[in-house]
Amino acid sequence: MMYFSRLKTAFVLGVCLLGALLCLPNAINAPADWLPWNKIHLGLDLRGGSYLLLEVDMGTVVRERLDGLADASRTALRTAKVERYVITPQPDQDRILIKLGDASQIDAARVAITPLGVNANGTNDLEFSDLGGGQLAATLSAPGLKARATQAVEQSIEIVRRRIDETGVVDPQISRQGDSRIVVQLPGIEDPDRIKQLLGKTARMTFRLTDENANMNSPVPPPGVDFLPMENAPGQKIAVRRRVEVDGANLTDARAGQNSQTGEWVVNFTFDSIGTRRFADISSRNVGHPFAIVLDDKVISAPVIREAITGGRGQISGRFDARSATDLSVLLRAGALPAPLTVVEERSVGPELGADSIRAGALALGAGLLCVMVYMGVFYGLFGWFANIALVANLVLMMAILSLFEATLTLPGMAGILLTLGMAVDANILINERIREEAHNGRTALSAMETGFKRAFSTIIDSNATAFLAHVMLFFFGAGPVRGFAVTITVGIATSMFTATMLARLLMVRWFVKHRPQTLPV
Amino acid sequence: MFFRPAFRLVQDGTNFKFMKGRFAGLIVSAILSTASIVLFFHPGLNLGIDFAGGIKMEVLTPGPADFNAIRTALAQAGLHEPLVQQFGGPQNVAIRLQATPSEAATQKVVATVRAALETVQPGTRIEKTDAVGASVSAELFQDGMLALGLSLLMILVYIWFRFEWQFAVGAVVTLILDVTKAIGFLALTRFDFDLVMVGAILTIIGYSTNDKVVVYDRMRENLRKYKTMPLRELIDLSINETLNRTLGTSMTLFLASLPLALFGGSSLSGFAWTMLFGIVVGTSSSIFIAAPILLFLGEKQLRRDIAVPTDPARAKR
Repeated sequence: MMYFSRLKTAFVLGVCLLGALLCLPNAINAPADWLPWNKIHLGLDLRGGSYLLLEVDMGTVVRERLDGLADASRTALRTAKVERYVITPQPDQDRILIKLGDASQIDAARVAITPLGVNANGTNDLEFSDLGGGQLAATLSAPGLKARATQAVEQSIEIVRRRIDETGVVDPQISRQGDSRIVVQLPGIEDPDRIKQLLGKTARMTFRLTDENANMNSPVPPPGVDFLPMENAPGQKIAVRRRVEVDGANLTDARAGQNSQTGEWVVNFTFDSIGTRRFADISSRNVGHPFAIVLDDKVISAPVIREAITGGRGQISGRFDARSATDLSVLLRAGALPAPLTVVEERSVGPELGADSIRAGALALGAGLLCVMVYMGVFYGLFGWFANIALVANLVLMMAILSLFEATLTLPGMAGILLTLGMAVDANILINERIREEAHNGRTALSAMETGFKRAFSTIIDSNATAFLAHVMLFFFGAGPVRGFAVTITVGIATSMFTATMLARLLMVRWFVKHRPQTLPV
Repeated sequence: MFFRPAFRLVQDGTNFKFMKGRFAGLIVSAILSTASIVLFFHPGLNLGIDFAGGIKMEVLTPGPADFNAIRTALAQAGLHEPLVQQFGGPQNVAIRLQATPSEAATQKVVATVRAALETVQPGTRIEKTDAVGASVSAELFQDGMLALGLSLLMILVYIWFRFEWQFAVGAVVTLILDVTKAIGFLALTRFDFDLVMVGAILTIIGYSTNDKVVVYDRMRENLRKYKTMPLRELIDLSINETLNRTLGTSMTLFLASLPLALFGGSSLSGFAWTMLFGIVVGTSSSIFIAAPILLFLGEKQLRRDIAVPTDPARAKR
């Protein structure tokens, strides 16, 4: 315990030096591009910004899949010459129910529908069960549902990213959390209202024909027709055919602009080749009739087609102002979300408050460090100052590890650092008290130090292991703010084991070897 | 100060008869813990929005805040039971609103508050918004409690492996008593019980265990060293021997947490005060609770176990 080989000494000092080097990126800019320059990131609570947790509405994902499946099944049954059937999607049971007029055709129906369940991986998502009486249930399998959910979340992340990129937020972070959630972090955004509005829309745009003969006063719309509200005229409804003529997915571009004659804000759009062909086709057949531009089940505008539109370009005018026109063009460019998103958690902090928090945290950290160091110096003398050097080294090593892993420092994380400072000296206190005790028991200085180190060591391991375990649990099971706390404290306990038992001991041994004192300053 | 220690917290060779006070210690602890449990049910913990869901906003008004006008405006906007409080300076207003059943509605409320504030005191800056939906808060609560329960379990297992079972039981019973007192403290002070507070309680648990482990370690060592000493004397001796360390470490942790309580700002001062309370409780429980429990549990067994030197495996453990 009292002997440090040259190699070991070099190792201890080397680790401390390396720690100091790894902290450098936090203070200065990288001198060269090829250097790994990892730094600690400041959490949104310190630098200001918004954290949004979005949930993908899986109910819609399943419902749409079942609706699509029901449609495709009808076609498949017709092709397979199965007669008399009723198909109902049952989203609460993840299945569609097929009632056949002729129970003997159940196998034919099964054979016809089976191919519809084949997914991109070549496996089949559908499980059939014969409920008797000519009723066949096609249920989406659990792996199939999971795959759908994953796909929906991945797609949503992509769309969310595109929409946010359009707004010019610097350095947004978008990531998946769990099965159905998306985390969006927006540094520097104090008021995420506009982003929330942009993300709150599915933005599925469709071009459909209207039904001019429908009786708007009848309680139920005629088959194949919806009564949809007008976006800019509350209370007013319009009869729109369900059949989608051209989908927003066929747009290649959308830009906000002003109409050169009226000065009104409009959105100009361009179709891809399929969209162009379809749009040319319906517009030439329906000259003189209105068609509806529908966004998320609301009609933005329903202009009358004056002539066939063959160029694949069009203009939407719907009493926009500059901002709503820009927002719509952003949404159209970014594409539609596969399902609605809901904000389930929001945490926003203004930059001033963040700066205040940094100041408060730094003040507490400085004052705490000073208190602990003075205490150690007063109550443990020289060995206390050695412990203080180890304490500073501990702080450096903690920062080094946090930088290396590019950890995010939050306000609770700063609290964790502070508590680590208080706990780290515990090992030194244990060692010092033990050495003192052994010296009082009549051992020589050398023997007292030797035994003191040795005896204190197992206690140090025991006491640190329990605290370490407790915080590791907190890291794995705690969420959000408390994880930052768990990270700093776990790292701090680990590094303090090194600095308190290795570095402080090295300093004490060096001092002892140099001076060979008869009594110890304990 | 720079070479020799200037002071000692406790003089060396003290011989306090701590075990004489074992009944007093246990009774005081039992009373405090019972009171804490009563406080836990009534008035109960002040759940922060992490766990209760809802909205909390901190705003800075351009001039001194007009609380009545803000309350009226929020009530007129149709918001349910808004809680409007001052914190820090006269311009700092904290607004707390209860959770709505649907997440989408919660988001609308945030927008409503913004609009209402803008009409009452134009130029009001919203410095902080936390809005947690009902489903998320339920999950956060579950996760927090899971972390708490699992850490207690891990500590139990660790001590059980490293010490005789009497030590493990003594430590965990004491920890549970410590935690109930911390919860009583939270109920009494009305600090928000949120995720960060779970961190505080865990740190208290970690620190308190650490303290018990050190005292237990010494007891174990002394059990081997003084084979004939009665357990009661031995426990007293061990506590006295480690007294300087016990108090020293709690002092450093106390000193590290104190600035946080004083300057840490609204979000961390509650955390730090709870830590300070926990340090005092954790330190005293090592002496007055954990040790007496060990005395009751191990009066006969621990002595006998160690006094049989023919079983090396056992003696070594």
